[in-house]
Amino acid sequence: MNALAHITAQQLGQQMLIGLINGAFYALLSLGLAVIFGMLSIVNFAHGAFFMVGAFCAVFMLKTLGLGYWWALVLAPLAVGLLGAVTERVFIRHIAGLDVLYGLLLTFGLALVLQGVFQSQFGSSAMSYPIPAALQGPVNLGFMILPIYRVWVVVFSAIVCLLVWLAIERTKIGALLRAATENPALVRAFGVDVPRMITLTYAFGVALAALAGVLAAPILGVQPQMGANIIVVVFAVVVVGGMGSILGSVITGFTLGLLEGLTKVFYPEASNIVVFVIMAVVLIVKPTGLFGRAA
Amino acid sequence: MSAAAPAGRAILVASALLVAVLAIAPLIAYPPFVMQALCFALFACAFNLLIGYVGLLSLGHAMFFGMGAYVCAHVAKAWGLPAEAALLGGALVSAALGLLSGALAIRSVGIYFAMITVALSQLVYFFCVQAPFTHGEDGIQTVPTVSSIPGVDLTKPLVLYAYVCAIFLAAFFLVHRTVNSPFGELMKAIRDNEMRATSLGYRAHQYKLAAFTLSAALAGLAGALKVLVEQNASLSDVDFATSGGVVLMTLVGGMGTLFGPIVGALVVMGMQTYLAEYGQWVIVIQGVVFVAAVLLFRRGIVGELAHWGGWSL
Repeated sequence: MNALAHITAQQLGQQMLIGLINGAFYALLSLGLAVIFGMLSIVNFAHGAFFMVGAFCAVFMLKTLGLGYWWALVLAPLAVGLLGAVTERVFIRHIAGLDVLYGLLLTFGLALVLQGVFQSQFGSSAMSYPIPAALQGPVNLGFMILPIYRVWVVVFSAIVCLLVWLAIERTKIGALLRAATENPALVRAFGVDVPRMITLTYAFGVALAALAGVLAAPILGVQPQMGANIIVVVFAVVVVGGMGSILGSVITGFTLGLLEGLTKVFYPEASNIVVFVIMAVVLIVKPTGLFGRAA
Repeated sequence: MSAAAPAGRAILVASALLVAVLAIAPLIAYPPFVMQALCFALFACAFNLLIGYVGLLSLGHAMFFGMGAYVCAHVAKAWGLPAEAALLGGALVSAALGLLSGALAIRSVGIYFAMITVALSQLVYFFCVQAPFTHGEDGIQTVPTVSSIPGVDLTKPLVLYAYVCAIFLAAFFLVHRTVNSPFGELMKAIRDNEMRATSLGYRAHQYKLAAFTLSAALAGLAGALKVLVEQNASLSDVDFATSGGVVLMTLVGGMGTLFGPIVGALVVMGMQTYLAEYGQWVIVIQGVVFVAAVLLFRRGIVGELAHWGGWSL
């Protein structure tokens, strides 16, 4: 226990914050996955690739158009959302009604294409992306000093997740979405354009991934592999939380990120695998995930 | 039962063709390439046992392939045991890993099963990064290949080729026998309607777990065999790209067909080898093939051929 005594509150706070930041990315990504899964019944394997494209969009906007972080935060999700809408119309629509596994395989192929294109254009090394001027420097919370940008990412992501949840649970559009998830034929009979809703849902889900990509750009660096690295962890998060619940995916995302951060403090060797170990334990206890319904 | 005879005949003809191709392949193609393709063909056959006959999509099969490779390399190099012991060791450890991970994964179906296998294989990947015996980024290099069979010198290229072919054909025959056994019929029954199989009194979970373990063992054997061919085991054997590659091979060749995985492995390996000069574009091409296979020819090459000719391949 001697080693633990050396860990100060400052270090612990730092690591917990880093954990929460990863948790924020997990939450945003698994939220998008859950929204898409609810409506389209496909697991969007390309989600990590759209996350990566979002981060690259931020870099392009800065380098070629001179548009900074705040523009990127709005425009990158829009651009990627548009790309997502096209993807849904051109590819994903054609496998509706087939075994769900084909959706996984198709989006896996699309992820390879996106990642391969970026890899051949930009190589595998990471590009840096600056933290916006307004969010540079540390903030003193009294008991510990933390970088503003990291605090911003956690707070902003939490707010976005909450807003999405409220939109789905409390608004008319959200109600239609939930209804169309339960019974598309009936909602269609009421005169709702369900196919368009499906397109928009997919676009919205991947826009969330792109938003996470922009938020991640100054922290993780921008490189073609960044999506592939994170999506597998997000899959584990989704399995732990269960696909049934929007809020469940958000809570699980933040919690697992935090636990991962704490593992880095107390047992660094296991920090890469702790999420997967937790997943295995949850599967033994509750195969449908913590918040999930039976598949 | 009149359809049974021609169905058997198609497989017999295709098998004879396979043996003939293997016999003349070293004359027309680079033998190490053919052997490599055979290892991945066996890997794809093992994978196909699950997706094609039980309907379970494993997206983490590289954990068995890679573990088989590492164990084989370790047994042959650090322990100095002959190739046969190393191959058996690789297959057995992968079978044990399959039993363990299968017990976790088969409680779920469909996409959950797929995501769980991805996560578990990532767990195994990080284990291999950190475990001392795998030598991390370096991998296990220059693995000696010594057979315990007198007169069999595996350092001679043609002897090694015959050896690899023999093991491949034996494993392929095992897959064929399994698929056409009462056990195989039950696998298909569970794939088509698990509840009905359960209602008839079969413990579907146990059959699925048995199929998963067998598939893992064969994937491990494939990985071990790859070590004999390349004399090394590395992290790329256990990484996600390898898991994705075997899915592509099986999809392109034809899921649920006996010969599809072999054809698919040959096509994908050929693509990787002959398009290597295009660098990262190979990944893009693979992705495009994936998308095209899902959208345009879901039965795969052999599946479409079998459908067209009315054969059972």
